[in-house]
Amino acid sequence: MSRRKTDEEYSRTKAYRFFKWFRGEKDYTPAETKMDMSLLIPMEDMSTTVERMQDKQIAKERAYDEKSNKLLIFFNRLYRVVAVLFCVIFGALLIYNVSYLPAVGAVERPTNNEVPERYIEKGLEETGAVNIVTGMILDYRAFDTFGESNVLFVATITVLILLHINKDKSRLSPVLSEDDPGDSDSLYEPGDDMVLQTVAKFLVPIIMIFGIYVILNGHLSPGGGFSGGAVIGAGLILYVNAFGFEKTEEFFTEKTYKWISFCALTTYCLCKAYSFFCGANHLNSHIPLGTPGAILSSGLILILNICVGLVVACTMYTFYVMFRKGDF
Amino acid sequence: MTVLQIILLLFLLICAISVSITKDLLNAILIYMSFSLIMSIIWVTLESPDLAITEAAVGAGVTSVLFFVTLKKIHAINIEKGTKELADTDINTEEVDGLDEQA
Repeated sequence: MSRRKTDEEYSRTKAYRFFKWFRGEKDYTPAETKMDMSLLIPMEDMSTTVERMQDKQIAKERAYDEKSNKLLIFFNRLYRVVAVLFCVIFGALLIYNVSYLPAVGAVERPTNNEVPERYIEKGLEETGAVNIVTGMILDYRAFDTFGESNVLFVATITVLILLHINKDKSRLSPVLSEDDPGDSDSLYEPGDDMVLQTVAKFLVPIIMIFGIYVILNGHLSPGGGFSGGAVIGAGLILYVNAFGFEKTEEFFTEKTYKWISFCALTTYCLCKAYSFFCGANHLNSHIPLGTPGAILSSGLILILNICVGLVVACTMYTFYVMFRKGDF
Repeated sequence: MTVLQIILLLFLLICAISVSITKDLLNAILIYMSFSLIMSIIWVTLESPDLAITEAAVGAGVTSVLFFVTLKKIHAINIEKGTKELADTDINTEEVDGLDEQA
């Protein structure tokens, strides 16, 4: 049992003084000297301050005046020469180093090991996906893809927090005030542009169908959730630019975004959690892989592709809307 | 390497150098967009069409559009005529105010 110090003893220890300083009662100095916190220099009045500022300004202007300051001219020239030299030398060094790398596809490359061998030889058999890349990122490395989708979601939520403009408190925020409508883009909606609207009428359905095709065929043809989602997001942005926010707000609001992202991420998480627990160590996952090449094949990859595509498309569109208006 | 790839790579180099030389921000974004488009064609010739789709949608589409919106927000470009006049008057009054303070 430790001995309890008396108050007098305790007040002489360093810990006592540190905590006293921490509470803000007294200045803590290790050398036990008291520090005078009062102003050493009395406040000068405004006229001298202005004078001093003007002197500083004049001195600054003279220092940056190229006519009087010969050293500055020399420095500026030297700066440019050194910058160009640095860039050239750095680029040459990089290219010189690249020449030592083994050629693309050479046998002795360190990437040619048993991992890609296994992917290429057994990928179709184990995942059921004709597209090996999708089989890799949504089956062997599905956990990475889950993390990426979550990163997108977190990024959008951060943008929502940072750029969101509360309409009720618009007087408090200096960004959106009624005197300065230039910052609020909702007042500068593009007018009914004939060219843009006609082009969008033809292009948007094609872009959307292409995006959906890329997502649904992710396990058969090149592409997948991310590519298709990006295409759909770009199509949505084109639609907004042509027809204005009023049209899109009928089917896409902040609530829609949150629900779609939440449902897609939860579905992904549950699907992948199931196949992490079942499917290895002699546990049968009971998910049929189907015939390779059919649209309903390769187990869970189709569902995961749809989830990733939804998250990416919503993220793209939400980014644009938040940058544009700061509000849905 | 085919002739087409060499030409595309040359375009890529020209785009990359001219982005750093241009002083107008709007032109820089347009050159960046063309860089992404050329890059997506190069991806196709390198037999990775999935990357080409992503590059065209993200690089040439969404990212550049976000840059445009940002430039418009900070009044670096003025698309509509109404905003242009408004922004010009804003800048003029600010300059006059600054001169008054200095004098």
